[in-house]
This record gives sequence, structure tokens and C-alpha cells, in this order.
Amino acid sequence: MSKQQPAQFTNPETPGYVGFANLPNQVHRKSVKKGFEFTLMVVGESGLGKSTLINSLFLTDLYPERIIPGAAEKIERTVQIEASTVEIEERGVKLRLTVVDTPGYGDAINCRDCFKTIISYIDEQFERYLHDESGLNRRHIIDNRVHCCFYFISPFGHGLKPLDVEFMKAIHNKVNIVPVIAKADTLSLKERERLKKRILDEIEEHGIKIYHLPDAESDEDEDFKEQTRLLKTSIPFCVVGSNQLIEAKGKKVRGRLYPWGVVEVENPEHNDFLKLRTMLITHMQDLQEVTQDLHYENFRSERLKRGGRKIEDEEVNKDQILLEKEAELRRMQEMIARMQAQMQMQMQSGEGDSSTVPGHHV
Amino acid sequence: MEPGPISTTAGPLPRADGAALTKRSSLSVTLRHSGWAAPRDRQRLPAPREPLALCEVAAPWPQPFPASAPSPRRPPLGGRERPAGAEGLSSPPPARGEMPVAVLRPHPDTQRGSAPVTPILPRPRHDGPGSTEMAAKMLGPGLQASAGGGSTGSTGPVEGKNEAAMSELVPEPRQKPAVPMKPMGINANLLGYIGIDTIIEQMRKKTMKTGFDFNIMVVGQSGLGKSTLVNTLFKSQVSRKSSGWNREEKIPKTVEIKAIGHVIEEGGVKMKLTVIDTPGFGDQINNENCWEPIEKYINEQYEKFLKEEVNIARKKRIPDTRVHCCLYFISPTGHSLRPLDLEFMKHLSKVVNIIPVIAKADTMTLEEKTEFKQRVRKELEVNGIEFYPQKEFDEDLEDKTENDKIRQESMPFAVVGSDKEYQVNGKRVLGRKTPWGIIEVENLTHCEFALLRDFVIRTHLQDLKEVTHNIHYETYRAKRLNDNGGLPPMTVETEENHESNL
Repeated sequence: MSKQQPAQFTNPETPGYVGFANLPNQVHRKSVKKGFEFTLMVVGESGLGKSTLINSLFLTDLYPERIIPGAAEKIERTVQIEASTVEIEERGVKLRLTVVDTPGYGDAINCRDCFKTIISYIDEQFERYLHDESGLNRRHIIDNRVHCCFYFISPFGHGLKPLDVEFMKAIHNKVNIVPVIAKADTLSLKERERLKKRILDEIEEHGIKIYHLPDAESDEDEDFKEQTRLLKTSIPFCVVGSNQLIEAKGKKVRGRLYPWGVVEVENPEHNDFLKLRTMLITHMQDLQEVTQDLHYENFRSERLKRGGRKIEDEEVNKDQILLEKEAELRRMQEMIARMQAQMQMQMQSGEGDSSTVPGHHV
Repeated sequence: MEPGPISTTAGPLPRADGAALTKRSSLSVTLRHSGWAAPRDRQRLPAPREPLALCEVAAPWPQPFPASAPSPRRPPLGGRERPAGAEGLSSPPPARGEMPVAVLRPHPDTQRGSAPVTPILPRPRHDGPGSTEMAAKMLGPGLQASAGGGSTGSTGPVEGKNEAAMSELVPEPRQKPAVPMKPMGINANLLGYIGIDTIIEQMRKKTMKTGFDFNIMVVGQSGLGKSTLVNTLFKSQVSRKSSGWNREEKIPKTVEIKAIGHVIEEGGVKMKLTVIDTPGFGDQINNENCWEPIEKYINEQYEKFLKEEVNIARKKRIPDTRVHCCLYFISPTGHSLRPLDLEFMKHLSKVVNIIPVIAKADTMTLEEKTEFKQRVRKELEVNGIEFYPQKEFDEDLEDKTENDKIRQESMPFAVVGSDKEYQVNGKRVLGRKTPWGIIEVENLTHCEFALLRDFVIRTHLQDLKEVTHNIHYETYRAKRLNDNGGLPPMTVETEENHESNL
């Protein structure tokens, strides 16, 4: 039964047309009005170009007054978490972007404690969200959970460093990891290929779960499918960041000027910056979904299993288990002692026999 | 006894392994002397009639190392005093007091037969402004017959011995006056051509025959291009990478020390080059004390050398495995040094010559490079790290200005290494090919590799060895002897020899 309403949207004459095909548009309008939130964490050794890359990605200047500490100061420092929020608007769409920086990561001589701060930050965000979600007033939950983590791998090494492996293993169940090879203009094309392959091999070898792009739906157009395929094969991305405008071949491009040439940031032949940006933009929604459905759910179930007890209770639990085990041990020992006593008696009673059980040491 | 023609060695004192012993080798006076007799245990010395090449007059060796005044010329590293026992000065045997002329005695460390010659470098520094002048300077104190055991140019035990021997000209006991470094010698006006400057040719010939050793250590995180740079420096496959090491190997769990030796030859001169690699440095999560294996290795080499030197029956040429130069690779972050870099350099700048190098410099644009270098220099200065060339060892104004220029402008060198060749403008150059251009390794506008190479090989190679021997080794030796109560450390062989001699 077709309705005779004047359909503002699509073909009203189609028989059987109800009109809820317009739902996405409504959602779209609502979300545009509401704005989007996204939290991106950047982790990597200092000097790998993290801040420059973020600035280039979002065409902003997130760190206007930056003081870079000297090495002597770095010795004293521990890893800190710095979150900066910026509101970007493009064509009426508002994005509230939070970039979580981790200065001090990988700087210390002994980096054992590097990740504790970071992991506790991530957990804290989950905790807060869980708390808000279970609260009475759930209207304005601010989502500060980390949706994506760019992990910067140094291009100078031959692959992953032990620190990289340890860190990724510690957070791959909590956040989406996107490995990024920084300062890629150090590498020639062949070196890049080699490094990428090496990193992928090592990731697989250690069982690290990085973020995998979802396959394109079968009803998407070919271009999109091709693009997705290309993106998938380029992980980890080799990027170069810059916000300086250089004159090259008659036009102004963002890039880095060297005596031997110009590296263009947005040239796909020079680096994978465009691919990274595309991935981030087109899959922002997916990243948020995975965070919500996978990582947050993991966290939530763990938390609720513990019955809402804090982490300190776990240790109390352990003590209890220890006590129980000790009690069991004692019981077993008593039993053995009783058995031994029994056997002794048997032996004494059967002493006259020459055919005693040989080799019976009690 | 008629004094023969005076010939002098213009240039560094030859050492057993060819390395110059003293930086400012004062000339030794070698005189032909008919009545010269070999010192007691020096049977293997050549007969005095032969023109002895390049042997510095030296005090008789077997004396224990008595206390000596620290040489004002070469202040010890970091202000350390050269403690007692560091010096081999001793009063000359009185028996020779009558001799009116200085007696040639080969330096104990030289070979029994011919003395090896230090390689002549293009830099005329070692030879002084001219052989003639140096000769004059040397003759000066000698002829002055001053209580001259003094430290005119005594940079080490040998020079001290030199003075000691020269003081044989006078029967007075040798005192140690505080004379300034530069011998204000009598400028003897030579009335004709003597031929003193042919010493250079003689030294050259000797060096070519014997060759010399050079040991270079490379330290830095994995992947900074250490092996490639060493290959590029010596234009041959000398690094660990080419000696069977697989590029895909895992990072070792502890710092390993791998020394690979090669003999390379150029223009008839043979060099035994040893590249000491340190895989695993700075790669772990916990890098505390990762410099300790390296420090231990360096001290072990000094120990080896010391043991050999102290031996009664020493080898002709003590094999020199001491680390002459340590290239420390700084990661080109563009920000500053890392805490590990600081710690390493603090600990090791006192035992070995450290040359900081910024690796993979093609990461940085020109402005970034200058800024980074400035920051690094400032940080090194603020933290009191003396890298090579150390300010304390600049001997004269010429040295100082030259080294200052290098220290304040060029160091640390920002280098790029490559062992592949590409065609650029019709010539084949070493470089790296990228989609946006070819980085030429030897092009000064691209990177400073050429500067580093010239610095290490073409101008300061000899100096590196000298500083290692005269400063670092001496410091180690003094400490060891002090710990031992002023006596040289005994090895098993010396004990056996003692037994057999009894």
C-alpha cells in the first residue's frame, strides 16, 4: 500500500515505498549538529616527528609553545600524558579532536616503566566511561576513550625494537594500534619495502593484534574497494610530515626542502601520508565502533567479572588462594604421613618374611 | 771520538708499532759516534756506525718507573695529574757522563733492528715548521748543556728519556726545571745543506715497510648506519656486515664486542685496520650500564699493552690493539641528545677519543641540521664532555685555531653513508637514491662525510693514535702502577724469566 504523502525525499510513486530510507539522512543531520568526537593517541620515541605529523594531518598547530627539554632534563623525567583538544570544523561538520601525547616515552635509559603510565591512562578512560554509563544521568557522556593509537616506529632500526614489541603487546587488547613508520624520507623505496615486510613479520611472530581495516562491502563501488585494498597492503604506513610550503615545479606544496630535492608530503609516490589520512578519515567511524564493541566490551566484562572490586582486591584474592593451597598441601602431607606409618607397621609385622618387598625405602 | 754529522729526526718519535709516541716529538739528536757501546741488555742494537734511523735518544730502559714531574706540555685529561710512576725518566748512568756528545740509544720500544717510522702525514704539524728549525731547537737544549733533563717538550716517558740522555752531555744530575714547552732554542744557522730533511723520506720508507695499526670502534643504536659508514670511510668492505653477519639477525640481548681486522693498502702503505663493532648497545628496554662492556674492553686492551710493555723479553713490535678512536653515532632526532648518549659519553670520554657523529643526516634539512648541531654542541659543553679533539691538548696556536674551528663549526659531523654507486652528471658517485633525488655522500652541500673522512684519516689519524698512547694509555698505566704500589704488573712470563735469570 503506497502512501500518497508528498514525499520530500525520494520517489513517491514507487509502490511499496515507506520512506524510512531517509533515516540515514536524519541521522546524518543529527550527528552533524552534534559533532563528532575522536581521541587519538600518539606514542613513540621523541624526535620521530609525531607532533609534526599531527599538525600536518589536521592542518592545525597543536603545540604552539613547545619547549623541547635537553638530554640532562630528560634523564629525570618520566612518561607524561598530555591531552590537547581542538575543535575542527569543515563544511559544517564539527570534529572535536583530542590528541593524547606521551612525551618521555622511550627516552629514559631504563624504559621498563614506560608503559605503565600509558596503560593506566587508557584504563582510566574506560573506567570513567563505564562509570558514566552506569550512572543515573546518561545524557551527556563525554567519550574520552582512546579510539586509535598511532605507534611510531623508528625508520633507523632494522625492524621493531624490543621496546616496541613489549609496548604493543601490552596495549593491543585495549586500543586500536596503527603502526606508522616515521620520517620515511630517510629510506629509499627498496629499504621501505624491506622494513615494512620485516615489521609485518615481526608483528605476526609476536602475535600483536594491530588494527585491520575492514574489507569493503560487496555493494560498494569498485573505487572504494580498490582504495581499501591499497590501504590494507600499505600497512604500516611510511609517512613524512610537514607544514611548510615549498615551491616545487611551479606550485606550492607542503614538503621538506633538501639540497638534493623536495619531498612532497602529499605525493603518494613519496610517502603514504595521503593513505594514512584517508584511512583515518574514512574509517574514523569504524575505529570508534571497534573501540566500543571490542576493546570497551573486553574491559567491561573484565571489570564486572571482578565484581566491581578494585585491582587491589585481586591481590587479596591471591592471598586467599595461597592460604587455601597451603591448607591443601598440609592435608596431603598428613595423608602421606599416615600412609607411611601404615606401611611401617606392615613391614614390622611382616619382618619375619624373607620375601619382603624389595627396595622399599620408607 | 769525533762527533759525526748531526742528523735529527724531524717528526714524531717512532714507536714499536709505528705510532708516534709523542705528539710534539722533539727531535732527538743522533750522532754518529765511534765509541758508542750498547747498553747492557741491548745486544740486539745495531752497530753504532750505521746511520740509525729515527731512534730517539732514550734513557736506559730497565729502570723502574720512578716518579717524575708531570709534563707541562700535555696536561692530563680532565686535570688529572700524571701520578708518579708514569714516567720513565731516570738519571742517565753516570758512566757515560764523560761523553761529550749525546749518545744514540734507541727508544726501548723501538725494534731491535730498524726503527719503524711513523707515517708522514700531509700535515706538517708534526714536523714543525721545518726540519732545520726543529733540528736547531733540539740542538739548542742539548748544546746548552743545561741541567736539561727538563721537560722541553717532554710529553711522555720517551721524551723524558730524550732529555735524560741529552743531559748526559753534562755530568750534572738531571733536574726538572720548569721550562716552557716551546724550546726557545738557539737557532743554529746552518751554513749549507745538511740533508736533515731527508729524514722525511726515510720515515716514509720505513712506514711503508712496516705499516701501521689503526683501531676504530663504532658505537650506537642498531640501524644507525655504523657498518655502512665504516665501509664508506675506508672504501672497502671492512665492517661486520660484510664478514658473514646477516643483516636479519636479531638484536643481541647484551652488548657484544666484535672486532674484525683487515689489512688495506694504498700507495704502498699498509694499514692494519680493526673495526670494533658493538651490536646491542642501546637497543634493550633497560639500557642501564650498557656501556660497561665497552669500557671493560677498552681497558682490557690497555692492560694487554701494558703487560707486553712491562715484559722483560718484549716483542719487537708490541701489537697495538688499543682503541684509537670511537665514533659515537647520535640518532638524528632533531631535538637533542638522548640520556643514554650523555651517559655513555660522560663515562667514556675519559678513556678513549670519542668523535660524535650524527648518523643518517639525510633526515634533516639544512636549518634543522644547523640547529641540531648547535644544540648538541651546547649540551656536550654544558655536561662537560670532552670529545676529540680535546681542548686541553692543543699544543700551539696553530693547532688551537684549527681545532677550534673544527670543534665549533663542524663537529659533530652530520654524515650519510653509502656503499652503492650511482651516476650523477656523468660521474659515478657514492650515494643514496630516493624518488626525489640522489644524495651524494661526498658532496659537501649534501652531508659532511667528506669532512669526517678528512678529519679522521687525512689529518688527524696520527694524532688520534698519539693521544691514545700518550694520554689515555698513560692514565691507565699510571693508575695500574699506582694500584700496584709503583711496580709494574708482573705477568707469568716475567716471573719465569726472573726464575731463569737467577
